[in-house]
Amino acid sequence: MSDQKLTTATLVTAQTSIWTAFVTIIRKEITRFMRIWVQTILPPAITMSLYFVIFGNLIGSRVGQMDGFDYMQYIVPGLIMMSVITNSYSNVVSSFFSAKYQRSIEEMMVAPVPNWVILSGFVGGGVLRGLLTGTIVTLVSLFFVDTIHIHNIGVVISVVFLTSVLFAMAGFLNALFAKSFDDISIIPTFVLTPLTYLGGVFYSIQLLPELWQNVSKANPIIYMVNAFRYGFLGKSDISVEVAFGLILVFIVILAATCLYLLGKGKGLRS
Amino acid sequence: MTKALSIQNLTKTYASGTQAVKGIDLEVEQGDFFALLGPNGAGKSTTIGVISSLVNKSSGSVKVFGHDIDKDLAAAKRMLGLVPQEFNFNMFEGVLQIVVQQAGYYGISKKEAVKNAQPLLEQLGLWDKRKAASRELSGGMKRRLMIARGLIHNPKLLILDEPTAGVDIELRRSMWDFMQELNAQGTTIVLTTHYLEEAESLCRNIAIIDKGIIVQNTSMKALLAQLDMETFILDTAGLPEQLPEFEGYDIRRRDESTLEVDVKKGAGINGVFATLTQHNISVLSMRNKANRLEELFVRMVENGSKNGEQA
Repeated sequence: MSDQKLTTATLVTAQTSIWTAFVTIIRKEITRFMRIWVQTILPPAITMSLYFVIFGNLIGSRVGQMDGFDYMQYIVPGLIMMSVITNSYSNVVSSFFSAKYQRSIEEMMVAPVPNWVILSGFVGGGVLRGLLTGTIVTLVSLFFVDTIHIHNIGVVISVVFLTSVLFAMAGFLNALFAKSFDDISIIPTFVLTPLTYLGGVFYSIQLLPELWQNVSKANPIIYMVNAFRYGFLGKSDISVEVAFGLILVFIVILAATCLYLLGKGKGLRS
Repeated sequence: MTKALSIQNLTKTYASGTQAVKGIDLEVEQGDFFALLGPNGAGKSTTIGVISSLVNKSSGSVKVFGHDIDKDLAAAKRMLGLVPQEFNFNMFEGVLQIVVQQAGYYGISKKEAVKNAQPLLEQLGLWDKRKAASRELSGGMKRRLMIARGLIHNPKLLILDEPTAGVDIELRRSMWDFMQELNAQGTTIVLTTHYLEEAESLCRNIAIIDKGIIVQNTSMKALLAQLDMETFILDTAGLPEQLPEFEGYDIRRRDESTLEVDVKKGAGINGVFATLTQHNISVLSMRNKANRLEELFVRMVENGSKNGEQA
């Protein structure tokens, strides 16, 4: 009986310990991106304001309607998602690589922090920055549209959260492999940005010839942007269920890969 | 009694093929102040890396206070505090933030960590700098910050890898006092250093590692007893052009007024003084050429190199 009590007490202590470690990493990440808010929080607000002005106001007024909505209303979900994707990814890739580069990651490696807590902590930091910038972009968009139509708040919240988790993990994986600062800018510049721009942020893939519609469906960002837009407008070029399934599959694959590599000490232990 | 550190047949071969550690056995008793010495590239940092989970071992076992790093890594980590050789904190983070975060990784709440950090930082002279970014600290302060960070979770075994490198003599002495006090309170300490005087005056037991193997593992007292010769430097008022014969002593002239004398163990130095007095040479002062451990260390490493060449 006393052994059982002891085991339960040990378990509770271990859980508290793990929770404290997780909160510590999250707090560290928030402190980091808030300390450099001019580099992390302000740019998305400015960039997205420019998109709203140029694509929404100036060009959008000539485009007319897209899928039955004003062009400005149509692009709002895509632009929010764009900033969430970019910021979730870049927060984790730069923070984790910087910790590797300065070797401050060793602070966690020598401590009894399980690998899944390290991954969750960094991903959590990326998600928080992604969601914060997403919120800022949403607020900025209110200066350009009269109202933001919301079709299904549950879809909006779950898609933005899961997409943020997915790209934060992708950023973590990039940072694990990166050996130089060049390596952490190659994927965002040459892969993430083109996929985001071609990911249906500014247009419906229904406008494309059938061949390019099919090619576009190989771009995972199409699914996230469309599912998110469905949450706002109730319109999507693709099946929302398929989008959820795809996001979850990607998250599982990325999490398993990151944990496997962390266990092996890829890029961390010789 | 459980050993503070127990290493058996530890090997490490890097992906490049370099065999950094070639089957080390090492035991450190609880409460010991233990020196792990060796020339650059001998395998010290690799061994410390394996103990602290920063390097994957190739084979062998490591136990920290009985906790095997393969079977019970978290428990082994809780026992261990590491002060690495290279600065490895985030240069943009503040002093208190770094220490409190480290406590957080060990499951200590922020409130508790701040409470524990204050006396530690005060003792190490860093409390006034608690809000300063670590990059703004001097070299000595950075070293002390690493010590504070390594101690914040109250480890039972502390590994200090070159803790006083690049630190001025005054600060070094105060750090020695701090380490001795820590050891007296029960913390087992493993120290690596290139200042052999430091190891000689602080440590009770010693292992010398060279080319990935332990070439000596004994008590400091027993090791120093192996020294069969000491070298003294005599500063004189002036030396004649032709030095007199010093029977039984090996004497060299360093400059126009300084002599270097090798004295065999037990021979005494009176004979040197007698000859000097006989030839009216006044001795102004006398000192040891180098510390005793340094002489032994150099000899062992040189012997190791010769044996290695023969092999």
